[in-house]
Amino acid sequence: MSSHAEEPNRRDFIVLAGSAFAAVGAAISLWPFIQQMNPDSSALALASVEVDLSPVASGQAITVMWRGKPVFIRNRTEEEVKAAKDFPVADLPDEVARNANVAADATATDENRTLPGHENWLIAIGICTHLGCIPKGQKIGDERGDFGGWFCPCHGSHYDTAGRIRKGPAPRNLDIPPYAFVSDTQIKIG
Amino acid sequence: MSSHESNYQPTTRFGKWLDERLPVNRLVYDQLVAFPTPRNLNYLWTFGGILALCLVVQLITGIVLAMHYQPSGEEAFNSLDHIRRNVNYGWLIQPMHAVGASMFFLAAYIHLFRGLYYGSYKAPREILWILGVFIILAMMATAFMGYSLPWGQMSFWAVTVITNLFSSLDSIIPGMGTAIVEWLWGGYSVSGTTLNRFFSLHYLLPFVIAGLVILHIWALHVVGQNNPAGLDIKSDSDWVPMYPYAVSKDVVGMFAFLLIFAWFMFFLPDYLGHADNFVEADPLVTPPHIVPEWYFLPFYAILRAIPSKLGGVIAMFSSILVLVFIPWLDTARVRSAKYRPIFKWFFWLFVITCIALGYLGALPAEEPYVTYARLFTAYYFAFFLIIMPIVGIIETPKKLPGSITEDVLGPGGGKGASAGAAAAPEKR
Ligand code: HEM
Ligand code: FES
Repeated sequence: MSSHAEEPNRRDFIVLAGSAFAAVGAAISLWPFIQQMNPDSSALALASVEVDLSPVASGQAITVMWRGKPVFIRNRTEEEVKAAKDFPVADLPDEVARNANVAADATATDENRTLPGHENWLIAIGICTHLGCIPKGQKIGDERGDFGGWFCPCHGSHYDTAGRIRKGPAPRNLDIPPYAFVSDTQIKIG
Repeated sequence: MSSHESNYQPTTRFGKWLDERLPVNRLVYDQLVAFPTPRNLNYLWTFGGILALCLVVQLITGIVLAMHYQPSGEEAFNSLDHIRRNVNYGWLIQPMHAVGASMFFLAAYIHLFRGLYYGSYKAPREILWILGVFIILAMMATAFMGYSLPWGQMSFWAVTVITNLFSSLDSIIPGMGTAIVEWLWGGYSVSGTTLNRFFSLHYLLPFVIAGLVILHIWALHVVGQNNPAGLDIKSDSDWVPMYPYAVSKDVVGMFAFLLIFAWFMFFLPDYLGHADNFVEADPLVTPPHIVPEWYFLPFYAILRAIPSKLGGVIAMFSSILVLVFIPWLDTARVRSAKYRPIFKWFFWLFVITCIALGYLGALPAEEPYVTYARLFTAYYFAFFLIIMPIVGIIETPKKLPGSITEDVLGPGGGKGASAGAAAAPEKR
């Protein structure tokens, strides 16, 4: 027996195959227990909302909920649109549009942050891309940060009027959710 | 020590019968009555017992709270109010649990700094120390999830900010961080679903802690206790049995600790919390200033001191994980800082650094605080990674006492003192 100790024999093979089988089985049985924690079908079902924009005058803003997240809707003034257009994209900390309605690698120009023909409407998920606080700037009298858009009080991120990060720790521009105009004053988010 | 022969003698027939079948009485006698403790222990060694008491307090009060608490987004906030106002003695038991969490951390931090100062992490106590680090980590996870349960504004936004730390992984593999965060939340944002699972885990983790504590004490009883002189037990005059000596000292420490505990519980039950947590969670409004509980502040300061999101997260987790490696980072030949003239200064500077980081963690992330936080963060890591290895090599330790007995009685002391007298003080 001892003289053959280094030679793998049939018993070693069975032990190895058996343990491998048990390990794979254990890994597979783990799957449902991990998967149960992911968003369930009722969370997925809340996929879209329709919003009437007609009461929102120029310069005003509203917040609606979509998938449990606040969505900022701002009817921007001409000056606010111009301020966003005039800033060179190359100087932005995040040059990607982050707009679910355009190509994933589109640059963060003001055009790419809005929908054509509706450039006064900035519609973005109102969650700071740093650690998830809700930036200030939707209500009248809110602090809007150094660039007239939104300001996140948690760790001091400043967003401009196109919802792009300009200063502070947030790594990305505010995300633009998938949405479309179903009529001139009605949008569908999701 | 484990090498000690057991001299447990069952005194009753039932005791003898049981001892032959399940020797629990022998275990208790050997480990908690006759167990040899160094005779020079000071009051800092009472915190282990105090911590065990804290765990029992959290378990009992927690199980009682869970009988009245409702882990749902709609009911959680009101059920806490209900506990405090309507449930019989809820006004006592809820603050006992909430203040208890703070007192638990206070004791754990004192216990940890005690170990750092007296070199209790050095051989042969590495595993004992590492188990302690795991316990602190498990306590942090427990307290974090527990803090979400009142479902106030601070609860909600603390959960949001801390779970979002994982989204920093998006900068390594795009999408991975977001996937992990949504998996933790069970949705696309923090919601009642998140609260419900945190409650389940908050109930589970204290029992994991209890398991770790058993291993921690087991490891302690294999290698024996360290002591202020950092010497090993060499002769019978170096030790006294745990009962009555260490036990009675522990009881004195516990009562002093309970006085402070009771002071907070009866007179300042909400002092250690935040006013914002008396406002129900609102996913649409972030409070102007989010601050964690005091025991997380130094780590929060480290998180915010690093300008990159992922970097901050890594620094924060490393600040605790680095503790795992100090048994090998410290190159000194003696254990106790009492005999380390240079290291002693660096140690106290480290204590000041931790307090300063805690102070900065509560302030807004603005200049000049961010710069200070960076300086202290740099020292925090330098202490372990640079000072510990180098000072251990260049420093000449002071002369150690010849034995634990000499540490207590002076040079040449202890002649004629016998362990027999110490073991049976009532017969002297
Ligand atoms: C390691 C031990 C434990 C620690 C550090 C801990 C910590 C905490 C903390 C910090 C809170 C928030 C208190 C507040 O702000 O009001 C809390 C709440 C709570 N804990 Fe624990 N806990 C522990 C053990 C347990 C156990 C064993 C249970 C039993 C299931 C439990 C059940 C609860 C419940 C129901 C609440 C919500 C009521 C409240 O907020 O007072 N805890 N815990
Ligand atoms: S969460 Fe907005 S700046 Fe940190």
